[in-house]
Amino acid sequence: MEVTQTTIPRTSARSGWLASLEKAAPFLALGLAALAFPLLGDSYWGVIVTRACVYWVLVAGLNMVVGFAGQIAIGWVGLLTLGAYTTSAMTAGTAMPEVSPYLALVAAAAIGALFGLIVGLPALRLRTFYFAMATLGFSTIVTQVALAWKSVTGGGIGVAGPVFGWPFTGNWGFYYFCLLIAALCTWMTINIAGSRFGRALVAIRDAEVAAEASGIAKSQLLMTVFLFSGALAGVAGGLFSSLQSYITPDAFTFDLSVLFFIAILIGGRGSVLGPLLGALLLTALPEVAAPLVAWSTFLYAALLLAIVLAVPGGIADLLDFKNRRPLERHREVVPRPEMLTRLLGGEGSVLSLANVVLSFGGVRAIDGLDLDVRPGEVHGLIGPNGSGKTTTLNVISGYYAPQSGSVRLGDAVLPPGAARVRASHRIARTFQTPRVIGGASVLDNVKIGGTIDGHGSFVEAMLTLPRHRRDEAVLRERALLALSAVGLESLADVRADRLQHSELRFVEIARALMLAPSILLLDEPAAGLSAEEIRRLGALIKSISRAGTSVLLVEHHADLIFDICDRVTVLNLGKVLAAGTPDEIRSHREVVSAYLGA
Amino acid sequence: MIESIVSYGLAVGAVYALIGITYNVMFSASRVFSFTAGMLGMLGGVLGALFIGKLGLPTIVGFVLVLACGAVLGVITEIVAVRPVLKSIEQHLYVLSTLAFALLIQQFTAIEWGTEAQPFPRLIPISSGWFDQQFWLPLLACAATIVGLELLYRRTLVGRAFLAIAEDSYAARALGLPEQRLRLASFALAGIIGALAGFTGGEMLLAFFGNQAILSFYGFVPVALGGMGSNRGAVIGGLALGLFQQAANFLVGGIFAAVAVFVVFIAVLLLRPEGLAGAAASRRV
Repeated sequence: MEVTQTTIPRTSARSGWLASLEKAAPFLALGLAALAFPLLGDSYWGVIVTRACVYWVLVAGLNMVVGFAGQIAIGWVGLLTLGAYTTSAMTAGTAMPEVSPYLALVAAAAIGALFGLIVGLPALRLRTFYFAMATLGFSTIVTQVALAWKSVTGGGIGVAGPVFGWPFTGNWGFYYFCLLIAALCTWMTINIAGSRFGRALVAIRDAEVAAEASGIAKSQLLMTVFLFSGALAGVAGGLFSSLQSYITPDAFTFDLSVLFFIAILIGGRGSVLGPLLGALLLTALPEVAAPLVAWSTFLYAALLLAIVLAVPGGIADLLDFKNRRPLERHREVVPRPEMLTRLLGGEGSVLSLANVVLSFGGVRAIDGLDLDVRPGEVHGLIGPNGSGKTTTLNVISGYYAPQSGSVRLGDAVLPPGAARVRASHRIARTFQTPRVIGGASVLDNVKIGGTIDGHGSFVEAMLTLPRHRRDEAVLRERALLALSAVGLESLADVRADRLQHSELRFVEIARALMLAPSILLLDEPAAGLSAEEIRRLGALIKSISRAGTSVLLVEHHADLIFDICDRVTVLNLGKVLAAGTPDEIRSHREVVSAYLGA
Repeated sequence: MIESIVSYGLAVGAVYALIGITYNVMFSASRVFSFTAGMLGMLGGVLGALFIGKLGLPTIVGFVLVLACGAVLGVITEIVAVRPVLKSIEQHLYVLSTLAFALLIQQFTAIEWGTEAQPFPRLIPISSGWFDQQFWLPLLACAATIVGLELLYRRTLVGRAFLAIAEDSYAARALGLPEQRLRLASFALAGIIGALAGFTGGEMLLAFFGNQAILSFYGFVPVALGGMGSNRGAVIGGLALGLFQQAANFLVGGIFAAVAVFVVFIAVLLLRPEGLAGAAASRRV
C-alpha cells in the first residue's frame, strides 16, 4: 500500500476557518445590526426588537425540541408563564422576601428546567399527538393556576414584573441585557446543533431505528434537551415579565405558543438560523401590517397550514443554495478498501446463536436456530422469502426478543430485545431500506455511527470545550475515512436525500464502519445495485472481513453470496436447511431443489 | 348539591363523550388524530346561538343547519388538512395541519363572533326543574349517537364498510371499497357528531370561542385513557371525567380538578401508553 493513497482527500469536505466563517456570517451580521440598533433612537421599535430577543430565547430552546428532536410541543407558552410568574413573585415578594431580579431569573431557569422535564417526560413514551395534547393541557392548567393562586400571582389583577438594576438599567440597558442572553442562547444552540448531540437528535427525529442501532440513548438525550429548553423558556419568561412590566394570565395566550411553534416551522426543522429569522419575522409582522393585528393569529395559522402543505423545509431550505448545485450525473461509487485498515482492526469474537425460537402469534418465524459467525469471515444467510433471514438479524441486533434461546458474542450474552446496547458490543448493521437522515449531509449521517465513542458531555458540547472539540475532530476524521473507504468522499457535503438509492446503501455501510464493529450485519446490501456495483460491494465486504470484522450477510444475489462468503447458512421456514462452504451448499441437493433452482 | 353535581357532571361528561366519539370516528377512518374535534364542538354552540338566537330561525331549522355546517366542515377538514398529509402519516404532519385548520376557524370565530361568551337560546319552551333540558339534552344526544352508530356499524352495509376501513384499510381497498369516499363520509359524520355535542351542550357551555381548547383536551382525555377507537371507553371515560370535575369543583375547587385530571392523564399514559383498554402496537424494523 502506498502512503499517498491513505491520505484523506480534502477536496470536497471543506474544513477550517473559512467554512466556519461562512456559517457564522449571517449570525454576525444580525448581531452587529442588533448592537447598532439603538443608534436609530426609535424607542417604539426598541420594545419590539427587545420582544423579539425575548421570544428568541424561548424559541432557541424550543427549537432543540421541535426542530431537532421533532417532538411536537405546542404548549410551550406554559413554561414562559411559569418563568414569568416565578421572577415576578420573587421580586415582588408575594411568596417570599424580595430577592434580586438576577437571582429570580436564575430561579426561573431552574423552575423552567424542572417543568420542562416534567412536561417532556410523556414524549419518551407517548405517541406524537398524545404528547402534543399533554403540552397543550399543561399550558391551560398553568394559566388556570395563575388565575386562582391570588396570593402569589395576583390572580386576574396581576403582579408587577421585575426591574433589572445596574448595569442593565433603562430601556436600552434592558435591551442589551436581552440581546446578550439571546446571543448566548444562539451560540449555545449552534454548538449543540453541530455536535454529536444535535446530530443524534435529528437521527431520533428522522431515522429512529438507525439511531437506536447506533447506540443513541433516546430517553437520556431527550430529557437533557427538555431540561435545556425548559431553562431557556423560564429565562424568557422572566425577561418577558420585565418587558411587560405588569403581567396577568391574559398575557399568556395560546397564540404565543402558536407563534413560537410556527417560527420554528417557518424557519425549517434542524436549522438555527431559519427559526431565528422566523422569530424575527413573526414578531415584526403585526407591527408592519398594523390593520392586521387582530388577524395575526389567523395569519399565523394560515401560514402554518401553508408551510406544512407546501414547503415543509421552511426558510432554511430556501437558503440552502449549496444543495441546489447540480450533482455530477453519472457518478460511480468506487470503494477504496485499503482505507479500512486505518478504520477497523481489532480482533473479533464469535457470534453464536443457540436454539433461538421466535414466533409471531402462531407463526414460528425462527424455529430453533443455531448459527455461528466466526471472526474475520463473511457468513452468508440465504433462503426463500419468509424463511427468517431478516428476523434473525433483528434478533441479533435486539429489535426482537426471542422466546427462547440465546445470542452470545464471545463470552458475553447479549440481552434479548435491547437494540440500543448492541452498539456498545460493537455490533453494527444496515437496513433493507436504507435508514438515513435525508435532510442531513452525507458526512453527518456517517458521523451518527460513531456517536457512542464521544467522551464530552452535553454541557461540554454546548460550551464547545476542548474535550468536545477533540471528539468532533476524531469523528470527522473517521467519518471521512469511512466515506473514502466506501467511495463516497466526493459527496460528503451533499444532503443525503439527493443521493441515489445505491449510494445510500454505501452510506449505511460507512455509518456502520464508524463503530469499528466486531460484527457487521448487512441486510440485502446489493438490492437495487448494478452488476458492476455489486462486484465492488463484494470486494468491499470481503476486505471488511479481512480487516477483522466478521460479516453476516443476508442476500438474494446468489452469485455475490457464493463469490465472497466463507460459509453459508441456508434457512427454510425458520430452520437451518443446510450449512457449509459455498461449494458444499451449491451442490446440496435440497438447497438446489428448494431455493437455488437447477 | 349532590343533584347539581350529578346533573351538571353527567351533562358535561356527555359532551366530552361526544367529542371523544368525534375523535374516534375520524381516527377509525384515517388513523389521524385531528385537532378539529374541539373546534366542531365550539362551533356547534356558536352557530346554534347565531342561527336561532341572532337570526331567529326556528329551532328545528337552526338545529339542522348546525349539523349541516358540521358535516361540511368535516369534509373540508378531510380535503384540506388530512388528505394531503396522509401519504406520509409516519411524519405526523397531520398534527400540524389539523391544528392549523382548527386555529384558523377558531380565530375567524373570535373575530367575527367576538371573544366574549354569549348566551345560547333555550331550545324547548318548557319550564326548568332540577334536571333541566340543558342537562338531559346532551345525555340524550350521547345516547342517540351511540345507538345510531351501533345500528349503522352493525346493520348497514355502509357501516360495515366503515368498520372494514378502520380494521385494515389496505385490505378494504383491495376488496374494492371506495376508501376515499368512505373517509370523506366518516369526516362528515364526525362533523355532525361534534356539532351535535356543541349544540346540545350550548346552553350549559355558552357560545364561546374558547370552548375549543377545553373541549379538544377534555374530549381527548377519555379516548386516550380508554384506548383510541373505543366508543365505549369514550362514553364511560367522558361521563366519569365530567362527574369528577364537578365533584371537585364543588368540594375542593376547580384548580384541583384541572391539575388532578392532567396528572391522571399523564400518569396513566406513561404506565399504559395504549390506554387502559387498548392493545400495544407492534413495531416494524
